Amino acid sequence: MFACLYAPGNLPLLVECAGHFSPLIEETSSDTVVFDIRGLQRIYGSAEQIASEIQRRVGITANLALASNPDAAIHAAQAIRGVTILPPDRAAAILAPLPPYLLGGSPEFARTLDLWGVRTFGEFADLPHLGVAARLGEEGTYMQQLARGAGHRQLRLRVDPVVFRQQQELEDSVDQLEPLLFLLSRMLNELCERLRFYGRSTNEIRLRLKLERAPGHTTTLRLPVPMLDARVLLKLLQLELNDRPPQAPIEKIQLELMPVEPRTTQHGLFLPSSPEPEKLEITLARIRGMVGAENVGAAELMDTHRPDAFRVGPLVAAKGMVVPAPPKLAFRRFRPPCPAQVWCADQGKPARIVSSKGGGRIVACAGPWRTSGDWWASEIWSHQEWDVETQSMGVSRIYHDYLQGEWFIEGNYD
Amino acid sequence: MASSATLLREQIQAALSSRCEAAFLIEKKAAEETLSSVVEEIPRGALTEIAGPASSGRTSLLYSLLATASSGQEFCALLDTGDTFDPESAAAAGVRLSQVLWVRCGGNAEHALKAADMLAQGGGFGLVAIDLGDTSENVVRRIPLAAWFRLRHAVENTRTALVVMAQQIHAHSCSALKIELSRSRALWRGQLPGCLLNGLEATARCIRNHRAQERSFTISR
Repeated sequence: MFACLYAPGNLPLLVECAGHFSPLIEETSSDTVVFDIRGLQRIYGSAEQIASEIQRRVGITANLALASNPDAAIHAAQAIRGVTILPPDRAAAILAPLPPYLLGGSPEFARTLDLWGVRTFGEFADLPHLGVAARLGEEGTYMQQLARGAGHRQLRLRVDPVVFRQQQELEDSVDQLEPLLFLLSRMLNELCERLRFYGRSTNEIRLRLKLERAPGHTTTLRLPVPMLDARVLLKLLQLELNDRPPQAPIEKIQLELMPVEPRTTQHGLFLPSSPEPEKLEITLARIRGMVGAENVGAAELMDTHRPDAFRVGPLVAAKGMVVPAPPKLAFRRFRPPCPAQVWCADQGKPARIVSSKGGGRIVACAGPWRTSGDWWASEIWSHQEWDVETQSMGVSRIYHDYLQGEWFIEGNYD
Repeated sequence: MASSATLLREQIQAALSSRCEAAFLIEKKAAEETLSSVVEEIPRGALTEIAGPASSGRTSLLYSLLATASSGQEFCALLDTGDTFDPESAAAAGVRLSQVLWVRCGGNAEHALKAADMLAQGGGFGLVAIDLGDTSENVVRRIPLAAWFRLRHAVENTRTALVVMAQQIHAHSCSALKIELSRSRALWRGQLPGCLLNGLEATARCIRNHRAQERSFTISR
């Protein structure tokens, strides 16, 4: 026996009500809940008494239907106002006046029924079974069973999301990193065990520390690949806390691991070895602690003509091998560009340059090239570029910044 | 002196090899793995130095090595001491940027060496390059020989090629190959106002096992 509650816009309330009667609940749609009520006769008595108890508990205007299978209960609840009880022998008769769109199915199926002039469940249920099977196939026979109130299926049970979180209130505040790591280690071990039990890994660690007389300390570590090694996670937390320690003694620890599907990678036999992700992440965390997080990563070019436009992203394995290109003239960029004094000869051609990187007479040059852009943004630029050769600096690219009215060395060709 | 020592060693081996064979098993070195480049094959599992002044083609050579390694799906690391790496130019040279770990060290050579050591110890990289090209010679000269030994030791018996680029040779006996570059001339095409920089002509002097070889090469734009 199954019960179905239908009330548009009240799903949480329906789920809560269903939870009072059964742990086996299906959230069919955003306004429909079906649950298993087998065995409730011993507690409440007849189907009518069970229905009145459910109605009393739900507390709002909702359609309720009780049937021997979930689909019949759903169809009745969605179409018939109030309480409907469908005994197995009368289910087809009660469902007969319902419109066939409630059955669902593919658009072709609905169009076919419309062309046939089928306007109710009853009319569809009365069609010859073999004829329906020949014309509508498997879908048709299944839908006809539903129209007869004789469907049979298991509930698609609602599963509460599992939260992998641990928290611990400390009797005595912890003001040193070592005892904190000891506690974190224990919590991480337990959380990783739980993750392993559920067949999950994690790609995000959230640590919240409640501090004594200070605002809380929150740390979120996002991992490039799912991991499940408590020692690696502890090391990453240690490096993060070393870089950014809490500013006051700790009263309460809350640690949460966000579950994700575990990493499944099949490496090719002939592919070169790559760094082990866990080991690399620890190494990168150490390097980030040394040079700053914004200075470590893989460069990504941006879709703009602005000079030196890039962003730093994660290291990603490229697919497929390519033939290496012959060497091309490389450019070494000075960050920030080096200010220079430039004397120009006839036609604005640079003739002499002096800067902290060197200088002297310009023996050869090429240019000018005008570049400008982003006039609508704060990163506006407007340059006149020259390639120049001097004895001391080699071949450099210099530019005259029209906005600042000064010359700069952008970098060296090397 | 050396020949008599060799003779003595062979005599001892011949006398004792039947009794304790394992102790005198002569290990045959596996064929040396290399990374191809325009001037010389760069050995893996060893330290290579590239030295030269500005516009001598040292960065082009380094980018070509990064391109060769990354095109074969290998991960690379570039420890950029002076923050001079130009991603646009590197991408044009064929470097797969997503496979190159770029560490900007903000002018601190010590950080670059430490990071290189960590990455080399971690393993899995095809090429680890340290760019000291714009670091003051006084700073690079102060790097102790022990640091170079440590780096060399970190990549020994691995497939990682460790490349250090600076203005001069510093690691001396620690490096298996030294490439000294010098600028021959810049190649210009046409006359102003239609003049264009066409490339560089450079000369490389490769020193391996105390033997030097010189070759010229052209880098086009």
